[in-house]
Order: sequence, then C-alpha cells, then structure tokens
Amino acid sequence: MSHAPQHLDAARYTWGGDEFLFVEISESMSLAANFKANAMATRLAARELDGVVDICPANASLLLRFDPDVIPPDELEALVRQVEEEVAQLSEQTLETRIIEIPVWYDDPYTRETGARFRKGHQRPDGTDLDFAAEENNLPSPQEFIRKHHESPWLVSMVGFVAGLPFMFQIVPQEDQLEVPKYLSPRTDTPPLTVGHGGCFACIYSVRGAGGYQMFGIAAAPIFDPAQKLGDFSDFMIFFRPGDIVKFKPVDEDEYKAIQAEVDAGTFTYRQVPVTFDLQKALTDPTAHNRDILEKLNGI
Amino acid sequence: MAFDILEPGLATSVQDRGRFGYYNVGIPQGGAMDQLSASMANALVGNSAGDAVLECAYLGPKFTTDTDAVIAVTGAPVAVRVNGAPAEQWTRLSLAAGDEVSFGMLSGGTRYYIAVQGGIDVPEVLGSRSTYTLGALGGFQGRTLKAGDTVPVGAPSGSPSTRDAIPEELRPVYAKEVTVRILPGLYDHRLTAEGMETLVSTAWKLTPVADRTGLRYSGPDLEWKPRVQPFGAGSDPSNIVDAGYAIGSIQVPGGKEPIVLHRDAVSGGGYAMVATVISADMDVVARSAPGTQTHFEPVTMEQALAARADAAKVRRAVRG
Repeated sequence: MSHAPQHLDAARYTWGGDEFLFVEISESMSLAANFKANAMATRLAARELDGVVDICPANASLLLRFDPDVIPPDELEALVRQVEEEVAQLSEQTLETRIIEIPVWYDDPYTRETGARFRKGHQRPDGTDLDFAAEENNLPSPQEFIRKHHESPWLVSMVGFVAGLPFMFQIVPQEDQLEVPKYLSPRTDTPPLTVGHGGCFACIYSVRGAGGYQMFGIAAAPIFDPAQKLGDFSDFMIFFRPGDIVKFKPVDEDEYKAIQAEVDAGTFTYRQVPVTFDLQKALTDPTAHNRDILEKLNGI
Repeated sequence: MAFDILEPGLATSVQDRGRFGYYNVGIPQGGAMDQLSASMANALVGNSAGDAVLECAYLGPKFTTDTDAVIAVTGAPVAVRVNGAPAEQWTRLSLAAGDEVSFGMLSGGTRYYIAVQGGIDVPEVLGSRSTYTLGALGGFQGRTLKAGDTVPVGAPSGSPSTRDAIPEELRPVYAKEVTVRILPGLYDHRLTAEGMETLVSTAWKLTPVADRTGLRYSGPDLEWKPRVQPFGAGSDPSNIVDAGYAIGSIQVPGGKEPIVLHRDAVSGGGYAMVATVISADMDVVARSAPGTQTHFEPVTMEQALAARADAAKVRRAVRG
C-alpha cells in the first residue's frame, strides 16, 4: 500500500534558451514530485517576481518563462533554488483545492467511431481501445477497466498541451495504477471532450484535433469555453487548474443528453466542493484519503 | 474602416506581438512568426509595435479597403499589386477608398505581413489580438480569414511614421541555407556524444511539415543513451514524463526528424528536448521555406544574451 519512494533528490536546473528555465523535480512520475512542482509554482507566483512571464507546473517538473532583460538568468535560478529549499522545509504538505465530479459517457459512439477509423497500425487492430486497455492491465473485461477508472479520484497534475487540457494521475498506489501505452502512431482526429489515457496519465481533450492517447469515453460538459457562457467559466475560459481533484461519474446516453441540454440552455454547473489534499495521507493510506474527500463531494 | 476580403489566401491570420501569461494552461504565445518583419510593417505606417497586422502564409489575400488607408507590406519577397499595378514592399503605400490589393507568388521565405495605419482592430482576448486557431481564440473570430469577411481597421493614432522605407541593410534575408543558434540543454544529457555531434554537424533540411506550431527537419537519426525508462515516461528512449515545452525547443521523437516548436507551440508533452533556439534566431526559423538547409550552431547563454541585445538594437534602429 505504498507509493514509489517519497524521497526526492534536489531538482535538476537547465535552460531552454535565453527565456526558459526548466526545473526537473524527478525523472519519474509520483504524487510527491507533482506536489513539489505545484508547491514551488504557487510560492513563485506569490512572490510576483518582475520579469517572470509564465510559471508552468507540470507532472514532475516546472517550466518558467522569463525576460532576461528584466531578471538575469543567474538571479532567477538563485531565487527558484531558494523556493525549492523552502518547499523542502515544509512540515505540512497539504494543498487547499477542490474535488469536482466529471460526468463521462464511457464506451460512447463518438470515440468508438473515431477509434474504428484508426484501427490500422493500432496495437489491437481487431478490438477497441477499451479492449486493449483491459488486456494491458490484466483485467477480465472493458467493464472492469471502466470501473477501476472511475472508482478512485484523480489529481490534475498538469494543464496544457493545448488550451485547458488536464493531465490526471490516479490517487492509488503505484501497483494499482492503470497503465496503457499510447497509440503507436498518433491519430489525426480526436472528438472534443474525449477521455483519453497514455502511460499512467488520463486526460480530457479540450479541443478537436490530433492525439495519441487511447480513447475510453466522452465527457458530457465543456472544460474550455472561450465564449464564457456557462457559470463555471465566468471568471476564466479554462476550467481546470493544477491540483484539482477529479472524480469521474459514469453516465448513460439519457443522462449524457440531459447534461447536453443543460449546457445548451446555459444552466449546467459542475458539482464541486473544497477539499484539502494531504500528500502524506494520500501516500500512506490512499483508501482512507479518497474515502474522506469523496464523502465531502457526496455530502453536497 | 475595414478591409473586405475577396479571397482569403492560404492561411491569413491576425497577429500581434503575442499573448503572454497563459502558457501554464496551454495557451501559447502566438503572435507574428517573423516578429521583426511585422514590427517593420508597423513602423512604416506609424503604428506602435504592438498593433495587430495580417500574417499571410505563401498565398496572400485579395481585399478592398472601404476608406482611404495607409498600408505597408514586409516579410517574404512577393509581388504586391494595387488595382492590378505593381507596388513596392518595405515602403508605405497610400490607398484610396475602393482600391484592391492582391499578391502574386512568393519568391522566397514563407510569410509576409500587411500593416495598416490604425492597426487591425479585432477585440483583444486575454491581452492580445493574435489568432490561436486550435483554441478558436482571438484574432478574427478565432480563425484564419475567409472570403466575405469584413476585417475592422482602427482609427489612425495620428502619430507620423518614422520611416518612409526600410533600408536594404536592415531588411531580413531569405536564404536557402541558414545557421540557427541553439543553446543545448533540457534533456541533452540523454543523447549520446555522437547524437549531439550529429545534431550540430548536420545540414538539416526543412520538410514541408512546418507551420505556426512547429517545423520538422530531415536528416540522420540521433542516438539516445539506453536506460530503464522511469515510471510514467513511456517506452521509447526519447520519451519523458510529460513536461512543459520551451518555445523554440528541439525535440526528436524516436531519434528521427527534429522538430522546432514555434509561436503556436503545444505547451507540453512527452518527448525529450535537447536544445532550444535562442530568442534572437526564432525569426530566422520563421522565414525558412521547406528545403532550407539549416545548421544548428551551439552557443552559450552569454552568447545568446549578446545576440538578444543585438536584435534589440536592430528593432530600435527600425523605429528610427
């Protein structure tokens, strides 16, 4: 019942040209590495440093864009190392965040149809992405894979690739992680709101386009709304933030259509509630941790 | 004031200096790919450097203006026509209401820029007028232009142009062979010594797979050091746990055909980057046409910053 080693060595600092500083927290993915990336990003943002243009926490790394005419590279590196030191000294590794219920129509006709168009060259040319995912994880059926997919919550470990796309890492011990290889050759098409999976990461495609993750279903409501029509988007056109916790809720065709009608009417809002993510608890007793935060969501 | 688009061209979009501060949620900086050429067009018509222009890729638009207007065309060499008669690039052109502007074939490069006094006046989205087509955001309705569009032009600010023409010696060159300076770093330690040597000693050929997101080059394979892949990183030695991508960074999926990410970069992914094009040379990459022989020349951070200062001097010289 434990994750990969929690001990993290000092991060590796390297430059992406004269405008980017890249901080690799760890070569491998873990909740601890992601927590450190987010904690450093939050503290750096709070400092409101002149010349720091973008602070981009990722799964197990941190990318900063800066203007070297305002803040010299060496000075920036020294500041970020200071913040890394601060984070290492934290006695309490908690993150105030929220848990959100994301309705998903698993094994839906949209991703099925798209998947069928790209069978040639797929690892499992005669089945579906869900068949392949179940076999890869030694599960008896696609239904069992779907159950494991929505049973435990996921941490949004990174937002990006394209506008508003969340990468998610399931809050379960490493031996229970669902792992599925990406497509051997990327698709040229993916329906918007496809729930995908590559390696140990789930994602939701925010826009239609190319993609290499296996496709399992379709989210029922938008996660990127440039027109900002829905209430959840009144502050910002992008829904997800790093550190969000996601609970997928399976819905059938009728429920999917009912949600779509609410979206069209502009009345849809996500079910969500504030929670505290506690890294140590999530690592030592994920079952209790997940039960507690799910109770908060179910208590709304 | 407006331009009425009769023919849209291949991929004409509204661009400015870019949209900064949203890369952490996957929205790229965008903006004119060849920033220097765009700023020269703005300088010629008396705009500020931040005004929006039209970026034309390969095949330009045909449009009319509904009032008198002052425009300038800079960037890749192209035949400019006003009411069918030849007109000059790199200088100010005065149009009368109803005049029709059109373009012939490019004779080099990939993109040219049309600035108009007052700027292209689409609404700002997240602090910029640049078009992010993948997210259907910004620019003219979040997309490249179509026939029948009416593109709004702002009221001229009244500030006089500082230059009547861009002198020959300041204009960018559009060469068939270019040197692009890079700063090795990020995941360069994952390449073998031979792999890095191959990157910096090869004459890479730009393939036709080149757009605002990235440009792909053909040449020999690069060799990676073997390793047991870390948890979550994917099975190929060129894979990493998905991370943020520096704009200008060079990734080499599977060790084949390096890709340089440009202004509309995807903000992250699972391929190791081994170097980054320095900021001063991003325009050089932008001007490269498919087939361009490209040498990646490694430099230090000090050299990158010196080149950046030189580029800033050129920009100041443009504004006179």
